[in-house]
Amino acid sequence: MSTAENVQAPVPQVSSFKMIYTLGGVAMVSGFLLVLVFQATEGRIAANKKAAIERAVFQVVPGAEQRRSFQIVDGDVALLPEGEAATGTVFYGGYDASGALLGVALPASSQGYADIVKVLYGYDPNTETVIGMTVLESKETPGLGDKIAKDPRFQENFAALDVKLNEVGDGLANAVVTVKNGAKEHPWEIDGIAGATISSKTVGRAMNASASELLPIIRKNLDVLKAEQ
Amino acid sequence: MAAKSKVPDSFDVFIKGLWKENPVFVMLLGMCPVLAVSNSVMNAIAMGLATTFVLVCSSTLVSLLRSFIPKQVRIATYIVIIATFVTIVDYAIQAISLDLYKALGAFISLIVVNCIILGRAEAFASKNTVSKSVLDAVGMGLGFAFALLCLGVVREVLGSGSLLGFQVLPDRFQPWAIMILPPGGFIVLGSWLLLFAWFAEHKQRKNAEGEAARA
Repeated sequence: MSTAENVQAPVPQVSSFKMIYTLGGVAMVSGFLLVLVFQATEGRIAANKKAAIERAVFQVVPGAEQRRSFQIVDGDVALLPEGEAATGTVFYGGYDASGALLGVALPASSQGYADIVKVLYGYDPNTETVIGMTVLESKETPGLGDKIAKDPRFQENFAALDVKLNEVGDGLANAVVTVKNGAKEHPWEIDGIAGATISSKTVGRAMNASASELLPIIRKNLDVLKAEQ
Repeated sequence: MAAKSKVPDSFDVFIKGLWKENPVFVMLLGMCPVLAVSNSVMNAIAMGLATTFVLVCSSTLVSLLRSFIPKQVRIATYIVIIATFVTIVDYAIQAISLDLYKALGAFISLIVVNCIILGRAEAFASKNTVSKSVLDAVGMGLGFAFALLCLGVVREVLGSGSLLGFQVLPDRFQPWAIMILPPGGFIVLGSWLLLFAWFAEHKQRKNAEGEAARA
């Protein structure tokens, strides 16, 4: 840029009203435009969000074709009607075409290497096992920690991970733990990923915390989940 | 822009953003999104197009209103205009694809403070006719998108062995994870800048030699 251009021309005096009119006018037109665009895209965005949730739920509850949203309020499970704001922890029930409960999809999160890792896992109340897991949100290092989302051998851990409740029914019989790669001995252990120790441990920790808190509530309220709609 | 008396014709106005005054490779503006969201070709294209859209729309509006806007409140007015179009892009991307929206993250909203856009509004659109401003904005926007694409292609091919999600390198190839990470952005940007600077110097030397030969 030349120096000649940077020399400011003397600014003509303008009444404050003109400034207010201009800014106010531009802001009003902006607001109008934004409302238009918001209304035009609202439906699509809501549909996208719903599709994203459904994709995740159907992924962690294999065979599911329908989904219902539930929330946990004060230790009880209640149906969350579509489009209503949640007040408690939200989870999803996965049903087959005839409406029979196949499993529930539960959220879990824990501090990972980079940021909070959020996962969704499927729980089958009949076999008391975890039947699927998908990473919803993670900023783990590409190429290392982000293997928790893609590594097929890590995913195999969640085909039938034991999460039986203890005899009293207020917690897990065996805590879910991530063990060193290749050291898995028990059905409640997660075989970690070599080179992604922290991230794979994060998944185990998140799942253990979530399962010990939510599963007792779910088991008590199975009739709510299985109720015909 | 140095010679004010000589008005560049419209082709020049358009092409200078793409090449001679490329916002990224020559003016080094808007580095933040360039480094952050050039880790894949798809992200680069989306960011480039989003920025071009905001640039063209805001330049048009600023140029249209240039004689109404009092000097004292011009920057505030430009920002309101730019922010409006950024929010529109924000909604549009959410409606198109949530995955893309997640990948671009905060950098969509940050287009508001991309200095290329305010820079063009202040330095060009507020002083030129609408048609010229649009040409300038399209040129600058595409120049920005081109630069993002240059980085995106290199980073995705080396960092994931794929192009637009399709695998292009054989399985034997061990992806260089560093290319997807922030340091990879700096390395690739530096390499491109080196190449461009070398080109410019080469051309300059040739011109000088030509003049010397004539004299």
